[in-house]
Amino acid sequence: MNQPATAPCLQHPQEELLRSDRIPHIWCSGCGIGTVFSCVLAAVRKTGLPLDDVAMVSGIGCTGRMAGYIKVDSYHTTHGRAIPFATGLKLARPQGAVLVASGDGDLIAIGGNHFIHAARRNIDMTVICVNNLNYGMTGGQQAPSTPFGAKTTTSPTGSPEEPFDFCQLATACGAVYVSRWTSIHIRRLTESLTKAILKPGFSFVEVLAACPTAFGRRNRMREALDMVKFFHERSVIKNNIDPREFPLDFKGPLVVGEFIDRERPTFTDSYALVHSSQLGEWPDLERQKPAAG
Amino acid sequence: MASKAVLTGTHFMNGDEACAEGALAAGCRFFGGYPITPATEVAERMSRRLPQLGGIYIQMEDEIASMASLLGASWGGQKAMTSTSGPGFSLMMENLGLGIITETPCVVCNVQRGGPSTGLPTLVGQADMMQARWGSHGHYEIIALCPSSPQEMFDFTIRAFNLSEQFRTPVLIMADEVVGHMNERVVIPAEDTIELVERKRPTCAPEAFLPFRPEADGVAPMACFGDGYRVHITGLTHAENGYPAMEAGAHERMLNALVNKIKMNRDTIISYDTEYLDDAEIVLVAYGISVRSARRAIRAGREQGLKLGLVKLNTVWPFPEEFIRDLAGRVRALVMPEINLGQMVLELERCAGGRCPVRLVGHAGGAIIRPAAILNVINDLVKEAV
Repeated sequence: MNQPATAPCLQHPQEELLRSDRIPHIWCSGCGIGTVFSCVLAAVRKTGLPLDDVAMVSGIGCTGRMAGYIKVDSYHTTHGRAIPFATGLKLARPQGAVLVASGDGDLIAIGGNHFIHAARRNIDMTVICVNNLNYGMTGGQQAPSTPFGAKTTTSPTGSPEEPFDFCQLATACGAVYVSRWTSIHIRRLTESLTKAILKPGFSFVEVLAACPTAFGRRNRMREALDMVKFFHERSVIKNNIDPREFPLDFKGPLVVGEFIDRERPTFTDSYALVHSSQLGEWPDLERQKPAAG
Repeated sequence: MASKAVLTGTHFMNGDEACAEGALAAGCRFFGGYPITPATEVAERMSRRLPQLGGIYIQMEDEIASMASLLGASWGGQKAMTSTSGPGFSLMMENLGLGIITETPCVVCNVQRGGPSTGLPTLVGQADMMQARWGSHGHYEIIALCPSSPQEMFDFTIRAFNLSEQFRTPVLIMADEVVGHMNERVVIPAEDTIELVERKRPTCAPEAFLPFRPEADGVAPMACFGDGYRVHITGLTHAENGYPAMEAGAHERMLNALVNKIKMNRDTIISYDTEYLDDAEIVLVAYGISVRSARRAIRAGREQGLKLGLVKLNTVWPFPEEFIRDLAGRVRALVMPEINLGQMVLELERCAGGRCPVRLVGHAGGAIIRPAAILNVINDLVKEAV
């Protein structure tokens, strides 16, 4: 519509949402984050929200750099602390939509405590986790997502630990929307992100993504396409399931899908309720009748 | 009854409560709390008062999170604060640094107790003074105030917010357990007599806005979430446009801008009061609760005929370097009572630069400095001079 007549083909389709003056980005060739980032941009557009009312908060790591490329108010904070920063941002300006972009180490290792508490409080935010199974930015170390037996630079003979299942964790902590996809599920991921952003409350979208540079090459998936093919061969979509019954297991089918979509009052709703003098005393909390007159 | 932000009148309250009331009077509407002795009463009062005023009290999962939440709330356009003590202050150092590098106004009140580690939770200390100056990694300037009474807990909290808004930086209130828990008269003035400072906001077109280009006062206007400027804010070294800039020259420019905005405004920021200085030969330099010990010692000393004076530091960082240097050339000695084994006295010595002797009256913590201990040091100084 308003594209310049001279060279319309040179404009990126998401130009309005991209800090194109920051391209080239830092992500390696074959990395899944760029694909996920494109889906995030498409989802933000699909929500129809005014772009001045959307913010992205991130922590540290490869995925955290998303905040530097999206052209909304964006905050690249400290390692693991995106969620508490986003909590303050959202509560101070509740009319804005707040997205958190985080990698697996940032979100669940150093930031794990913040993750479980924001889900418990049901703060209205959308947390997008690109799970590439290791700390990519520092060269491929063991993370709380690293599968048992997988090799990293700090588990050179294989990780001796069991990883967290992030979707189970989010569900147990009270997230109202939980889904898992891989970086090949572009259309479904975009739809899921759109829903998550528009959903009031704590929404969590996990995306399994390839990191050939740091993880793949130590685990017989050296080429960029190796893990993409792995996702293609192994992933099975199951919607509306209890993620506890289908734990993430790389030996068998990789269960992805929209797992949880439920209703629960947000922190802001509950804060208004407890300060409205309508609730009775704990433990029964029977509603008080409005005073006559 | 409609709740008021400013409880104009005369009250009997403790320092922690006065701090909370000062914050509310300053326009604070976000508090990210975490309980800790002896600062809990600040959070308790805020949790009761903020909802009445349409503000948010949220109890975070730890002090790391509470500090991070302040920064988010500040970028969301609110005045935000938290209160803590030593162990929590240590956890806040990480995001205090983020607040400094991203030039985020907010206020942290540290009601100091004895340390290190869990130390003396219920007993007084003044041993986080160097942590206040250098506790977060990297080089930076900080503003820290030291109230010596509940009244000053109220007054200085307002000033802390004003300084943080004016200079776009976290400001520390370095209180202590005795000032926090002491009940005294607190006079809250009429709302329209309280001067408040609000952060500068940009007025230019978004395309022309550089979020980290300082104006003549050394401070850049702040575009908050939703203002339409769609800025990028990062804890990485950044250029004036806010984008990461990974090279030594960019770091030099950014860090100098951060340091200069405090240094060039030192005269506006630094605050101290003097008592009996006209004829004073030995001057006590004190801050926080130790001001009260110093005053008692001065009264007793003057009754003995000693010419004692007081410098009461209202701001401890930045330190009043020029004033102390000048003073050291005019008096026989400087004495600093503080509840640690020698922290601010190092700065006092540095600034005195050998022009006069400098003595510490300190102990490890757990009690205030006894006026008699101050007098003993003064009497020793007098004997040495004879």
